[in-house]
Amino acid sequence: MTVETLITTPKLIVRNLNFYYGEYRALKDINLTIPEKMVTAFIGPSGCGKSTLLRTFNRMYQLYPAQSATGEVLLDGQNLLDKKQDLNTLRAKIGMVFQKPTPFPMSIYDNIAFGVKLYERLSRNEMDERVEWALKKAALWGEVKDKLKQSGTGLSGGQQQRLCIARAIAVKPQVLLLDEPTSALDPISTAHIEKLIDELKKDFTIVIVTHNMQQAARISDFTAYMYLGDLIEFGDTSTVFTNPKRKETEDYITGRFG
Amino acid sequence: MFDLYARRRIINIVSLGISVLAMAFGLFWLGWILWTLLENGLPGLGMHVFTQTTPPPGSSGGLINAIFGSLMMVVIATFIGTPIGILAGTYLAEFGQRGWLAPVTRFINDVLLSAPSIVIGLFVYEIYVIKIGHFSGWGGAFALSILVIPVVIRTTENMLRLIPNSLREAAAALGTPQWKIISFVTLRAARAGILTGILLAVARISGETAPLLFTALNNQFWSSNMNQPMANLPVVIFQFAMSPYEDWHTLAWAGALLITLSVLTLNIVARVMFRQSPNSH
Repeated sequence: MTVETLITTPKLIVRNLNFYYGEYRALKDINLTIPEKMVTAFIGPSGCGKSTLLRTFNRMYQLYPAQSATGEVLLDGQNLLDKKQDLNTLRAKIGMVFQKPTPFPMSIYDNIAFGVKLYERLSRNEMDERVEWALKKAALWGEVKDKLKQSGTGLSGGQQQRLCIARAIAVKPQVLLLDEPTSALDPISTAHIEKLIDELKKDFTIVIVTHNMQQAARISDFTAYMYLGDLIEFGDTSTVFTNPKRKETEDYITGRFG
Repeated sequence: MFDLYARRRIINIVSLGISVLAMAFGLFWLGWILWTLLENGLPGLGMHVFTQTTPPPGSSGGLINAIFGSLMMVVIATFIGTPIGILAGTYLAEFGQRGWLAPVTRFINDVLLSAPSIVIGLFVYEIYVIKIGHFSGWGGAFALSILVIPVVIRTTENMLRLIPNSLREAAAALGTPQWKIISFVTLRAARAGILTGILLAVARISGETAPLLFTALNNQFWSSNMNQPMANLPVVIFQFAMSPYEDWHTLAWAGALLITLSVLTLNIVARVMFRQSPNSH
């Protein structure tokens, strides 16, 4: 049984994707299907291209003139890499959370409202509700509901990261990209976020890049193993971890390498 | 083993000693300057300084016209120079990664930053004072604003570069247009540092004499007309200190003390603000 048959509702389909940092080819003919409302993890040693792959999904690379991508990334059948695809519309559909928490220099409330205001005109009440909804979804509401007017940068690292998740989901995206979201956090905050990811996959398609193989095994439904810009193996997480098809995957997972 | 540690300890003590001596040497002169200023300035400092205009020799008077003129020109120069400086600094930090314009601008700005202020005074004299035919407060303000611009450009660029790129990426990932990223996220995150830069620029220009000699010159009387020659503290101090009259000397000392105290206050405020910046967004 191939992976493709396991995935009944694909959300993102990657076809023949190549990525270049200037002349350097960082991704080589990637083909991949990301299932809807599940967690897909990208694992692999440093420099394998897993973050690069994630950052093509919202065309983050366009901030940097030397970077370019060829091929297709289809979101519900529509090619995101198409020049005609509007960037802001794309990023409204695909949210992202980064390795280091990145709260904006404004209040907790405004951190959430900032993104929403880019796309929607809400009344005061509707905005209050949206902020509360997003903070509840991110499991942060209880801790901050009495200090919404305080600065977002005053929160702890784990809280800041949940604030960033709340900010990303407040605009109601379809896909959530998480780029090593817990690597800068302590174990307790990490556990918080992992639990949260499990909750969030009911509503969002989640793609996570992680250095931590145990984390991938714990929280993901599908796992892609990458090495030096190649997608070595992709399959449902239990198969990849317990019965990998490729020798390279097995070596990495058993810690013989990487 | 023991020798190695003893050696290190001695080197440590010696370098610490040299550093402390160097600091004490610098502080000694600074302290002496402050002491001389206080000793000579305080006796001349009274209500009359803030209520009366500069006197002719032999009669009593104050510095109010000079204080007012200095304030006017410094405030106007800051209002002219700050927006230009912030916009140019933002350009350099946010858009200046490619092309030839940014490096050239940066280079010229560095030159401007270290240009002798008397050259700036001569420049404004050439292009403005001669054209309108007389010294004026506007000329003084223009000259001072040319001194403000490079300081603000430099600090704005430096402060924006301290903002981690991940913050820009995070804002871009939400689909934020670039002008909004810059005005609501990066400039905001850097505002304490930029404000510090502006305060330091104000501190720098409030003691400048040379550019004002060629532009605002001086005015014996009260005048709030920016189109006329305008009194200002640095030039008044310069003229009064050079004069043979005892009461003018006293006023010059009082003026020097006033400028020093206000620059000191500005510097302290700037430092306190910058120290608070990391957790006061």
